[in-house]
Amino acid sequence: MPSLKDLKNRIASVKATQKITKAMKMVAAAKLRRAQEAAEAARPYSQRMAAVLANIAQAVGADDSAPALMTGTGKDDTHLLVVCTAERGLCGGFNSQIARHARDHVRKLLAAGKTVKIICVGKKGFDILRREYASLIIDRVDLREVKKIGFENADQIGHKVIALFEKGEFDVCTLFYSEFKSVIAQIPTAQQLIPASAGPVAAEASDASAVYEYEPDAGAILTDLIPRNISVQIFRALLENVAGEMGAKMSAMDNATRNAGDMINKLTLNYNRQRQAQITKELIEIISGAEAL
Amino acid sequence: MADFNFELVSPERLLLSEKVTEVVIPATEGEMTVMANHAPTMTTIKPGVVSVKTADGKTERFVVFGGFADILPTGCTLLAESAVHVDELDRTVLENRIDAVRAELEGAGDEKKTRLEQFVAELTKLGEIVIPA
Repeated sequence: MPSLKDLKNRIASVKATQKITKAMKMVAAAKLRRAQEAAEAARPYSQRMAAVLANIAQAVGADDSAPALMTGTGKDDTHLLVVCTAERGLCGGFNSQIARHARDHVRKLLAAGKTVKIICVGKKGFDILRREYASLIIDRVDLREVKKIGFENADQIGHKVIALFEKGEFDVCTLFYSEFKSVIAQIPTAQQLIPASAGPVAAEASDASAVYEYEPDAGAILTDLIPRNISVQIFRALLENVAGEMGAKMSAMDNATRNAGDMINKLTLNYNRQRQAQITKELIEIISGAEAL
Repeated sequence: MADFNFELVSPERLLLSEKVTEVVIPATEGEMTVMANHAPTMTTIKPGVVSVKTADGKTERFVVFGGFADILPTGCTLLAESAVHVDELDRTVLENRIDAVRAELEGAGDEKKTRLEQFVAELTKLGEIVIPA
């Protein structure tokens, strides 16, 4: 049975913890709002980019002039996975969800006899994947020093990926990140970057396409556009990730605060009971002492 | 004069979305002025100044570092890799950018090299125009 003093200390410490988690929750909420705004501000660009890309892709069509980044190398022996996670923990299952998704993918590819290479963006994903696939990780990108993710960060990663592709280091590139659905729901997602898939946007934009003039020509524009599109996709993934991380952190910290509250209640009840017991005991001692006289 | 919708978008945000009467775009094959009812055109952009004349007669200038423009008779969208208002442009920012490209030049292949060299030249010229030394 812990003494009264022990209980008092424990209550104080749980209260301190609760204060910290509460503060973290509020910080995460503020950051979440900012991250959401950033993600929203970036949306017009990526949307237009997709529309334009679909338009040109259609114009170039099955032409041989389409760049290799779009058509791929024609093989799918070597896969490159770009796994984007957060830099910090304390955000529930956010990081492990993405890592698990990537790990399942790796396992499937390895089972099919493919070669797998991994680039980790963010510390946490690296920590998790290192345990099993340390030999497959060829590079890691650290964004810990970055306060606000800018397009340059994404562009750097994009350039890295393209440089590897030009060296013939891989055939297919897939991006892993967590799609931000809402504060409580983040969905780990895999998206194929190279060869670029125009996806459902293409069908949608096709009927609106007018007869364009291209300057210089469609092929040249496409060559210019696709590397940029890769950077944009990565940028979007990073922004979604930040929003998701903050959302996950917020709900994790909310839970922690509530748990701490429950614990404090229990401890206080216990503390009061003991205090009363002690008072009763003292009273009995005094009375029985007086009776004995 | 007829006006049309012009949008200047960078990956980070939407810089401008307004009714304008004319826009001067530094296209790769020479500057071009876009007015309402322009033929549908898609063009890449070199680093330079975009000059926008809004419907209410004001002129605004933005510095863009490459990108491309999507022009339709009813509107024009400029997707810039990075764009800033002329007033906000800093000489150091420009110099940093030039240095970054120079660094990239070191290890680049032939074809890429010419492209990058051209890029540096364009940036330097841009610096002279926008910010008097």
